[in-house]
Order: sequence, then structure tokens, then C-alpha cells
Amino acid sequence: MRVNGEPQELLVRPHRTLLEVLREDLGLTGTKHGCELGECGACTVLIDGKPQLSCLTLPAQVVGREVTTIEGVADGGTLHALQESFGALNAAQCGYCTPGMIVTAAALLEREPDPSLDQIRHALGGNMCRCTGYLKILEAVQLAAAQRVTAP
Amino acid sequence: MSGLAAGRGHGAVGRPAGRVDSHGQVTGRAVYADDLMLPRTVIAKLLRSPHAHARIIGIDTAAAAALPGVQAVLVGTDLPVKYGILPVSQDENALAIDKVRYVGEPVAAVAAVDPETADAALALIEVEYERLPDVTSIEAALDPTQPLIHGDDEGAGIGANVDREASLEFGDVDEGFALADHIQEDTFFFQGNTHAALEPHATVASLGDDGRLTVWSSTQVPHYLHRILAKVLEIPAGQIRVIATAVGGGFGGKTDIFSHEIVAARLALTTGRPVKITLTREDVFYAHRGRHPVLMWVRTGFTADGRITAMSFRSYLDGGAYGSYGAASLLYTGQLQTTTYSIPRYRFQGVRVFTNKPPCGPKRGHGTPQPRFAIEVHLDKAAAALGIDPVTLRRRNLVKPFSHTVNHLRVTSCGLAECLDAVVAASSFADKHTLLPAGRGIGLAVGAYLSGAGFPIYFNDMPQSEVMLKVDRGGGVTVFSMAADCGQGSTTMLATVVAEVLGLEPADLAVVTADTDLTPIDLGSYSSRVTFMAGNAALEAAQRLLEEILEAVAAELGVDPDLLSAEDGSIIVDDNPDKGVTWAEAVQLAMARSGALVTSGSYKTPQGLAGRYRGAGVGPTPAYSYTACVAEVTCDPDTGFVTVDQVWMAHDIGKALNPLLSIGQIEGSVHMALGEVLMEEQAFLRNGLHRGPSLLEYKIPTILEMPPVQSIIIETEDPEGPFGAKEVGQGALLPVIPAVVNAVHDALGIRVDEIPLRPDTVVTALADLAKGGSGRVGPTSLPDHEFPPLFRVEPPADSPGAAS
Amino acid sequence: MMRLPKLAVSSPATVEEAAGLLAELGDRAVVLSGGTDLIPNLKRHQLTVETVVLLGRIDDLDGIRREGDTVHIGARTTLREVVDSDLVPPVVARAAGLVASPTIQNQGTIGGNLCVDTRCFWLNVPDLWRQAAEPCLKAAGDTCWVAPAKQHCWAVSSSDLAPVLVALGAAVTLVGAGGARTMPLAELYVDDGIDYLAKSPDEIITSVAIPIDDGLRATYLKLRRRGSVDFPILGVAAAIRGDEAGICTEANIILGAVASAPLRAAEAEEALLGQPLGADSIAAAAEAARKLARPLYNTDLTSRYRKRMVPVFVKRALEELIAPPVLA
Repeated sequence: MRVNGEPQELLVRPHRTLLEVLREDLGLTGTKHGCELGECGACTVLIDGKPQLSCLTLPAQVVGREVTTIEGVADGGTLHALQESFGALNAAQCGYCTPGMIVTAAALLEREPDPSLDQIRHALGGNMCRCTGYLKILEAVQLAAAQRVTAP
Repeated sequence: MSGLAAGRGHGAVGRPAGRVDSHGQVTGRAVYADDLMLPRTVIAKLLRSPHAHARIIGIDTAAAAALPGVQAVLVGTDLPVKYGILPVSQDENALAIDKVRYVGEPVAAVAAVDPETADAALALIEVEYERLPDVTSIEAALDPTQPLIHGDDEGAGIGANVDREASLEFGDVDEGFALADHIQEDTFFFQGNTHAALEPHATVASLGDDGRLTVWSSTQVPHYLHRILAKVLEIPAGQIRVIATAVGGGFGGKTDIFSHEIVAARLALTTGRPVKITLTREDVFYAHRGRHPVLMWVRTGFTADGRITAMSFRSYLDGGAYGSYGAASLLYTGQLQTTTYSIPRYRFQGVRVFTNKPPCGPKRGHGTPQPRFAIEVHLDKAAAALGIDPVTLRRRNLVKPFSHTVNHLRVTSCGLAECLDAVVAASSFADKHTLLPAGRGIGLAVGAYLSGAGFPIYFNDMPQSEVMLKVDRGGGVTVFSMAADCGQGSTTMLATVVAEVLGLEPADLAVVTADTDLTPIDLGSYSSRVTFMAGNAALEAAQRLLEEILEAVAAELGVDPDLLSAEDGSIIVDDNPDKGVTWAEAVQLAMARSGALVTSGSYKTPQGLAGRYRGAGVGPTPAYSYTACVAEVTCDPDTGFVTVDQVWMAHDIGKALNPLLSIGQIEGSVHMALGEVLMEEQAFLRNGLHRGPSLLEYKIPTILEMPPVQSIIIETEDPEGPFGAKEVGQGALLPVIPAVVNAVHDALGIRVDEIPLRPDTVVTALADLAKGGSGRVGPTSLPDHEFPPLFRVEPPADSPGAAS
Repeated sequence: MMRLPKLAVSSPATVEEAAGLLAELGDRAVVLSGGTDLIPNLKRHQLTVETVVLLGRIDDLDGIRREGDTVHIGARTTLREVVDSDLVPPVVARAAGLVASPTIQNQGTIGGNLCVDTRCFWLNVPDLWRQAAEPCLKAAGDTCWVAPAKQHCWAVSSSDLAPVLVALGAAVTLVGAGGARTMPLAELYVDDGIDYLAKSPDEIITSVAIPIDDGLRATYLKLRRRGSVDFPILGVAAAIRGDEAGICTEANIILGAVASAPLRAAEAEEALLGQPLGADSIAAAAEAARKLARPLYNTDLTSRYRKRMVPVFVKRALEELIAPPVLA
């Protein structure tokens, strides 16, 4: 598989989840876990650009596919517009849901560069946040969309 | 002190800005406890009790210990020292010794080379139990024929399964009822619920290269963890270093000391290797320490024009299996009623019982959301009975700023009236209440909360918070504080306060937090104490630093220090902006003049905050925050679903040091409160089985349930708060719950006197109403319990009780 | 940390190979498609298997195509692809969009949703909890804790798509070691919480065929606490046909999440057939459905409440279907 653009050849026990492989074998601890049962969205990563739950994914299911984690969202040292807007608007409080939120929102913006409030709400319906009440997250996605639309 | 003036307006304070530590959060670089991957780490797991109540006859760990890959096995007798967060409740062992008291209580632990081996080892531990009948309700716990959860020999419990009791009277309550034209009496039940922070608790422990024990933990209270580790491990505190890692949400759920923290530390000593324990989500529901289920009875006398003549309040708390913070929780259910309303005579009787369920403790609002729900719904009912609208009834009874309450609580700045006016105006409450179409409704409530508990958990005369500043030769300033940022933004608050004084940008400061080796004391991130206490300590440290620097610059420039100001990274001479030095130059001048540039500040609550009675230590604070909330709802009368359309929240927080973060706390509080009022419950089936220890069954509102919130910040500039600031973040939860319940009454005519207000509850109440009933759902009786004799306390002279 | 038990993972290249493997391994193997249902169940040790058989390498299980008046959906097609498809009847896309959360929809497949394990709060809990309760009938114990008097498992059929596709008269194709067969989807389900699928363990669903019938108006309503994440605690799929006079000529009312299989509300259908589609017949159908449904207390909210909601949801579904089209 490729992770954040880098090819990875790994030999792992087949019953490890992608979550465990990312965190423990590849050191990509930005991907979090809140339930390990597919209920909270904290472990969301992009698989071929689509948000999926790494706690429910076996390594064999991602053979030859592209996995993107929060560590792969920025362009080198330049943060993604969502990373900037989440920081600027305090859309991350404890920060624990943030990696999953940002990759999910990043996939939305790829599909729908100028999403409506309703589209954002539905896209993030599987990502729980316990701190923010979600309102600043909604604003941050809107802000990032606006900045990307107007960016040269 | 030289001429510097705090709050002179350098621009850091009061400016909406992102967190200074957001980079780690948005990039995934922030290191939470489970993210620590130390070489040679062994994984530890806890074996938990499958029984709610049983005697441990024997534990056989031989097979587990013999399993290849297992490094160590622990049982209760390996950690025999009892502990508890409160000095009065030393009733826990890290691993159960003689008895288990709830399903999920840890009884043994293993450390192994990987999680799979640890799991396999747990399965090999044989525990022989003798089942005991379990006690799982308040009524059963007060029944003297039921088995004792804590034997007398263990020092906990007063009789039957009573943990603590309170029985207090301030002024002559019976006389007050005699003066009343209307007496309102109601019974309420608030179901327990839990924090459900998204990060499950985790701890890593290891011996450092100096041979000392280092413990990294997801905790809000590194200092208390430090103390209890020293006690239970029986090693000097100086041999232990506690570091609170990034905390993935706390809400009070990480303010107690947990089995896994002590076990990880013990296993690190035993194995000589780094040890990690990460709880599963199920474990977190058992660790709990969340909102107590509380049964409440309240009786209030009113004059015909709606003035309160007396209030009598009783609470029955279901504490779960251990004391935890429960002695404080009990008093919190009784103490703060008087901080919003001018109550001239007040009686409070409460009891906390032990049950065979996970221990309850502090959750956002600690002990006060339950009575706040009760009295705010109770007041609405009284308003209806008196023919007075709910806003007017409240206005007639608001507490006065700079006064004392009848139970000896000191009120300072108080913007409650402003809060009430603000939400009533913003929501057009008067145009909507009782006037919206069927199925739609609007409700109102108010609240008050502490800016930090007035007293430390263990009695002492030392400061509750200290902050240290260190400056490097390049001008960089590092702030050292033990306050743990669990998402609330305390790190940003510290940087903002210091930057404001020094004329710097918050983002340019380094902040080192929550490390017992590096940072001076802060008692912890609980009771909304950090802004007030650590903020004041930071302010003092910054002022002292600035004083040193200004004196050096003054000497260099030959001007009076009083003429100097720190602004925008420079020290400038007032009225002569061309003359001055950069901050970095000023720092070097000061170092050359007086050596190391290190200052400190500290904060201790003022003397005389509490009255003289047993229990008086719970409730006082240097300043109360105030809130008022309006909620508008749409109810589906067929399905009972309640949709919250909009919430208006006004919060007197003294001063918004960073309005963006303040609003974040308000919006987060609204979210948590909506979960509590509409869906969340830590409920149990037979045998003390949790109804659903998962984020699927425990219903946290998703983004689709969250309504718009209009946050209105009221700034009363508290005379003792840093730059006038008080707390934000807990107070805002309180009024949301009763506001929604009152709104549902307005919409449907039903009275739901129990929380959560689930769709099935609404349908049941509506069916009752349709049959000609009262449309009320709620508790109908109180347990048979005789409270201790009332302890009578004279009200203070400047309290509403003095005039009566 | 919640780890999967040790498992072998097999990735056969053809359905036949997969079926052969399943036949050989018997109850020691299980099919994993999207994994969103199976992985949590495995982590909670609800079932014990040695091998999971992945369908990922098999080529011809993906995709949606229309042939004549039938839409064929490959079993491994994700719910997201169903949601986004223009080829499937709107009610199918709607139901797929109501499954769990959008993230789960990216991962979960239509075949998986049709086979989703029956659920019960005495079952879908980690080991310690089940041990504390003493394992229930479906967890290889002796007693069903929902209704201890009977030796029957009442775990709840929790698929959103099953009621809809049964209402539309869909068919499924299964391939087993003994070959392929196609049968009405309705016949796949058995009202038994343990043996809830009428297929042999080696049989794999390969595709679903949905008849396209513009005259049949259909909808699906789902009851759940939150707007996302939650399984249905009641689902009502209704598909009806009316003639020009407004008389009902065909009615399919299928209740989800009130039994261990999608439940056809035959009496409710009879209350509509031959009747003018209007308030009276709808009320009669709603009442008939209420009588039929016997939810138990084994999922969210009380059984009494869920039963009360059956007529409410049936009525709302039918009212939606007879509402005059809004003119643009």
C-alpha cells in the first residue's frame, strides 16, 4: 500500500487492523481511536480518497491502495486550508477527534469544493466530537472551502 | 509595583484568537498518552469483575504468570494501601482485595510483551468469587435489611449503605413557609450520565535514566496523581515524576485517580520496563466518576407577588461503589441554590448512598446540574401557579451583587440580571412564551457556577496555584504551570495573560505545563479554577518580571520606571515613542543588571470565604459565573422527538480573555447539556450490568443534533479575577437542561420531571394528558429515610436571611 | 485496546473458490465484505472463527447495472455507490443513505447490509459484560435474557435495505459450493435471531436484482435516536400501487427491526388492497401493523414505545406515498 504518498511494504499479522498498523508499525499516531468498534469516527483515514474507519479495516483490504492520514494532509510544511481554519477558529479543543474530522472534511472538499452547511453536517455525521458542540467545526470547514475556492 | 497597569490594553486580552497549541492538534503531532511508544514497552491489562457484588475467595495467577511473554502479574494484595481523592474517603484499592463492588472493578493486572499475550494471560487468571446480593438503587441502599457494600471495619459508610449525609438549616424555614401565600412542592429525578471524553484514559509509566519513576497519564490532576502514587507505592514523591500528556477531553472524567494509573506505575517498577495501559471504551464506562443519579424534593414558599420566603431541598444521591468526590458532590447538590436567588431561609438535607455500580464523581457542573434542573423547572411551575411569567418571577428573586447568601457564600460580581435580560431580548422570549403554535415551545432557566473551589481538596495553607516565568537571552519567555490543558484552553489562557502584561504576542510564548518535575503547583483542571487561580498566579509572575525589566531599562535610559510601558514587543517611554528598547534588548539589560530572569507568582483564595459549619467548605469560590439560557424546541407529538431549534446563552464570565475560546466553552457546554437532557444515560440492567457500555448505545449527540447557539458574553469585570475574568465552561451547561424541559412544557403541556427526556417519556406523558391526567412523568415518592437532626446556622448580616 | 482474535485471512480470486473454502472450513470461517458489522462482532468475541474470507479480490461482485426492467447490484457494491447511483430506485438510495454513518457507507456493502447480523443488547457487548450476564442463547448460552421463558433468540433484524428490497420484490443470487441459485430476497430471511438467514454457510450472496416498476410507489422511514450512526429500532418500507381511481391494487408493507427478520405486515396490506387509498384505509393498515408487531426490550428505547411507533410510521409512510405530487 501507499501511505501518505510513500510506498510501504509491510509484513503484518493479518488480524491487526489498519489502525494498529498505522499507529504501532508506522508510527503514525495522529490517527486516534475512541471506541475501536466503528462508532465514533476518531480513527477515520482516507482510503483511495474516501473516508473509512481504520479500526474496521484489515491490512489485506488496503493492499495496493492509497491511505491518507492526518500526517499526509499538509503539503510538506504548508498546512492544508482545513488545518489552518481549524486552528484559527478553535475548531479543535482537546484535539482528539480533529484528525478524523479533518480528513473527512478534506475528502468532502475534494468532492464538493463549495459544500452547503447541510452537506457538511451530513458528511461529518459519523465523527463525534465531545468538546466543541460542532459549531466551530462547521465554520472551519466553510472557511477552508471559501479560502480554497478563492485561492489562486 | 511600578507604573505598569494590568489590563492597559496591549491587545492580547479580549482578542478572539485560536489556541496557541493548535498546531499539534491539527497536524496530529499532539502526543496523547497512548501515542507514547517507548522502546521495550510492555502492555498491561486489567482483569475486571464480572460480578456487581461478591467476596473474593481466592485468585490463582500461576498459569497466567507462567505464560511465555508475561512479565508480571499483580493482584490486590500487591497494592494494599487504600486511597481516595478526598481525605475523608480513603476507600479504594487499586485492585480489589476482599470484595468486588461493581461489574468492571479491576481485580488483577498483567503486563506482557504484546496485547494479545496480555489478553491470553488475563483469561488464565482464576478468581473464585462468592456472590453476594447486589444493591443497585437508592431505595435498596437505604433499606437496612440489604447487605452492606462497605463493612464498618473498612471505615466507610455511616449506617446501612449511607456514605455521607448533610442536614443544614439557615434561618427559620418553617417560619418562612408560614409567611408564604403559595407553596410549591415537587419531586424530580436526574439520571446519571458520563463524560464520554473521546480519548479513552491511558497511562505510560517507566523508570527514567535517573532511576526515578516517570508516569505519563491522561489526567486533569497531575498533582493529585503524584500525591496518591507516593502514598500507594510507598515511595517518596521526590522519586516520582508525573506528566499529564495531551488530554483528549476531560469534563471531570480524568480528575480522579484510577486503578490503571497506579497499576502501570507499580508494573514499571516490577518489570523495569515501560508499561502502557490504555482503556477500552467499555473500561471507560466502568471507570466512570460521572454524574450522580439524584432524586430530589424541593418545597418553596412564595408571597403572592412571587418573592421566595423559604426553600427546603432534599437530595438522594446514588454514589456507586466508592466515595470518590462524593462527599463534595453531595454538598454541591445543596449549596448553590442560594447563589442565583435571594432565598431568606433555606434548608438542605442530603444523603449519598453506596450502590453496586461504577463510582460516580464530578462531571462538568459537579453536583449542580441536578438541583439546577429541579429548581428551574420548579420555579416555572410556581410561576404558572402564581400567574406570574417566568422571567418576572426570576427577576423578583435575583441574588444581589456583592452580598452574602443565607448559607454564607460570598457573592461578588454578578451579571445575572444582565444575562437574563440579554437572552430574553435576543430570543424574543416574551413574544413566544405560551404563544408559539402547538408543538413548538420556548423555555428559560438560569444558573451559577464556581470560578474554582474555594478550598483545596486536602487542607493546607499553601497557594492553590503557582506560575513561574523564565526568560532566555533572545527574549523568549517560557511559562511554567502545572495546569493541564484538557481542551479547555488553559495553555492559551496562560500565554494570553502573560503576553498582555509583557506586551508580547501569546503565540510567541512557550508554555510548559503539567509536569511535576518542571512546573510549580497547580491543583488541577477541575471546578473551573484554572483561569481564576493560575491566571492570577501568571498575572503576578508577569508583573514581577516586567517590574525587573522596567527597572533595568529605566536605569539604562535614565528615566522613571513609571514612565515605561511594554507594548508590541518593545519597552517604550510614554510620551516619547522614539526613545525605548526592544523587548530582547530590555531582557538583556535586566539580566546584566540582576542575573537570572526568573519570576514566580502565586494565588491563594481570600480568607473568610466560608461560613462556620460542617460542609461550609463546599460551595465557596472567589467568584461565581452566571448564566441565563433560552431554548426553543419543536416537538413531534406522535413520536415524542424533541428537536432543539435554537439556544441563546448569556454568560457572565467577568471578562473574556479570549472570546473565541470562551464561546467554544459555551457551545461545548450546550452540546453536553443537550445530550444530558435528551438522550444520555448511564443506566443499568439487572445485576448492575451497564445498559450499553459503548458509544453506539450511549447516545452522544452527533453534529446532526446540534442546533445553532447564540452566545452572549456578559463582562462584569470581577475585582479579583485576572483582568476581571471568571470561569467559563461549566456554568454554561447548567441552565440548558431545565430550559429545554421548560420549553417542552410550553410546546406540549406536559411536565417531565425526570431526565433524560426521552421520546418514549414524552409519548407516555402525552398519553396521560390525553386521558385527562396531569401529563406529568416523574418520581412519585421518596425513600423512607430519616435525616440527622438539622444543624442550624445563623445567616450572615448582609444576606437576605438577615432582613427576615 | 480491543484486539481482534488471531485470524487467518484468505483472499480467494473467484466466488467459486470462496464458496469452496467456506464449505471446507464450515463454521470455522466467515465472509468479510465491508467488515463494518463483522469486525466489531469479532472484536467482542461474539463469534469464534479461524479464518475470514475476503471478497476483495473477486472481480465480478462490484457495480450497478440495468438490464431491461431490472437493476442488478453486485453484492460488494458499497452503500455509498448505491446512494450515489441514478440507476437504483430512489427508495433504495434513500435507505442506503440512512445506514449508520456516511463513513460506514463508504465501507459497508449492500451484500453485507442484507446479511447484517441480528442485534440485541444482551449480545452486542464485549466479553466481560456477556460473562457478567451469563452468555445468552445466541452467545452459546442456555437462556435468552430478553424472554427467558422460551428457548428462542429474539435478536433484531437491523438491516435498512432488507425491508425496502423485500417490499420491492427483489431477488438475490447466491453462489455456494453446489452452484448458484436465485431466490426472492424475502425467502432469505428466517424469524430466528440465531439462524436468521436461509442459506447454507458456504453460500455467498453475489448480487441483488431489483425490478424497476415506476407504477410502484415506495418509501422507507427509519426510527433511530440520532440522525446518524444508529441502527434502526423500527423501519417501515412501503411500496404500493394504485389504479386511476385511487384504489389500491398492490401493497407491500415490510417492518424492519421489530423481529429477527423483515416482517411482512400482511394484514396491513389487506387493509389497503381494493380500498381507496385515503385516510380510512391508511388508518386501518396502521392499526393492523401495530397488532402484528411485537418488539421486545432488546434494543434502544422501550418495546412499548417501539410498538406505539409502528402505526405512526406506517401511517406516515403511506401518507407520503399518496400525497399528490408537488407541481414544480
